[in-house]
Amino acid sequence: MIQPLTEPAENRYTLTPGPEGLIETQTLEVSIGPQHPSTHGVFRMDCVLDGETVVQLKPVMGYLHRNHEQLAEKMAWLGSMPYTDRLDYFNSMTNNWAYALAVEKLAGIKVPERAEYIRVIVAELTRLLNHVCAIGFLLQDLGAWGTPLLYAFREREKILDLFEAVSGSRMMCNYMRFGGVRVDLDDKMLTAAKEITGRFPKFLDEFEKLLTNNEVLLARCQRVGILPKELAINASISGPMTRASGVEYDIRKVDKYGLYGRFDFRIPLGDVGDVYDRYYIRVLEMRESVKILQQALRDIPQGPHLAPEVKLRNFKVPTGDGYGRIEAPKGELGFYLVSDESGKQPYRYHVRPPSFINLTILEDMCLGHKVADVIIILGSVDIVLGEVDR
Amino acid sequence: MEAIEKIKELASQAVPGAKVEIVNSAPAAAQPALLVDREQVFAVARFFKEDPRFAMDFCSCVTGVDYPKVDQVEVVYHLYSIALKHGPIVLKVRAPRELDQCRVPSLTPLWRGCEFQEREAYDLYGVKFDGHPDLRRILMWDEFKDHPMRKDYAPPMDYDWEPTPHDDTLQRAMATEGVVPPTAIVEAEKAKKK
Repeated sequence: MIQPLTEPAENRYTLTPGPEGLIETQTLEVSIGPQHPSTHGVFRMDCVLDGETVVQLKPVMGYLHRNHEQLAEKMAWLGSMPYTDRLDYFNSMTNNWAYALAVEKLAGIKVPERAEYIRVIVAELTRLLNHVCAIGFLLQDLGAWGTPLLYAFREREKILDLFEAVSGSRMMCNYMRFGGVRVDLDDKMLTAAKEITGRFPKFLDEFEKLLTNNEVLLARCQRVGILPKELAINASISGPMTRASGVEYDIRKVDKYGLYGRFDFRIPLGDVGDVYDRYYIRVLEMRESVKILQQALRDIPQGPHLAPEVKLRNFKVPTGDGYGRIEAPKGELGFYLVSDESGKQPYRYHVRPPSFINLTILEDMCLGHKVADVIIILGSVDIVLGEVDR
Repeated sequence: MEAIEKIKELASQAVPGAKVEIVNSAPAAAQPALLVDREQVFAVARFFKEDPRFAMDFCSCVTGVDYPKVDQVEVVYHLYSIALKHGPIVLKVRAPRELDQCRVPSLTPLWRGCEFQEREAYDLYGVKFDGHPDLRRILMWDEFKDHPMRKDYAPPMDYDWEPTPHDDTLQRAMATEGVVPPTAIVEAEKAKKK
């Protein structure tokens, strides 16, 4: 005969009903990072979870902070050019350009036409390599280990090989100078660039065939991490992030810096502003970059690659301040520079990093989603910690 | 967009009592700025945001600049308009350098994009933004005391910042009461073995 349960009540494990007759629960605080592969560096998110749902998320950064700005204020203008490579270490070419552009604005330097063309070529190649990597890492975050990332890196290597031939370094290019670029592109390099550009659409087709209509990608990315248009503008979001939300704003079109006024290209726009749109916008932007590259490589003229009147040594900038910005692959990269009476070094050197400011609305995008979605939402923002922390 | 004199006139008309002053930038950059007094900068900024002629809906860049010579810290805002695709209007506001008086109104209620950037300016320059929803350090750690981008900031010469102090730093560490740096322990053990 089975004995009835005679355990005293306080020893029994009971489930206390909550106010709505449900079991009482409590939230759990989880710190994602700083050592987590999906944070793309050392970045931490202090999450409060209700079950698996995010109810609060605070980004914590600064692990890679090295006071880049103060370093730059202690050396000559050109001295910090190599340091800008280390901001967004995927896109050293565009970092160089943004800094060079700001200084040229302050000093009133005119850049020769060939140099402008070279800048456009290397910047658009940089955009290609940034976007393939961003997509590759996004897929990695989704759980597609290895394969898409290696496809992306295969293409990236080709561009990096060209950068190495051009500048002597794969990632830390240190290629731009005030008034132009450091070394000229010779015909061999231009042919290599043409080859990369020619093959790239084929690679994109292949990439898209595997991904764009992939059921897993659609299920995980659509309607996740929606960023409304008004918030995107109000929160100073820039780059592919804001265009995925349907904001038509591309600094290449608005400021027409460099020679972007000459090229025929379109701005792809998303309509929902979810992770999927942010993925697809990058694919479309790469197709537009290929268009720009084809035009630039076709039209590049002969001429000097560096403005002859610019002194490399003892370079001085007139007193005053100015803000120069470009459309870097991750968004608006700006440099605010102040020059004082001595003019030998920046009195104030401020970087406006796109990844840092794009993180402002990370919490808004993640609230109400599952913790697994937080990873891909962060992946779709496309941050680089060298730039966030500076 | 109108000339800077016209912008200044419109802003002073819209916000009576605002002291608006034109500050010139580098001649080649041609980005003259408006220096607004602390009390009225929020109203002036709101005017630029809400007035349909400007529609400055995008606050691109916020940063601090330290001017110890005039004993002031300056905060610079670069405003652009996405709706009308023009800009920038540069707003500058100054506050005294003393830490307890170094306060300016926060523009985060107008532009969410200022949130992290004002936190950064607070962290690195010690400018307190009144009305900021969450003014904490962002790049330095919470326990950090100073504001490292100020011109008079001296990096700590403290031995305990070094994991293994040596030479001068070790001497100073040894002279400090109640502290035994790791290098000293190792050296003491070496001496014992001899």
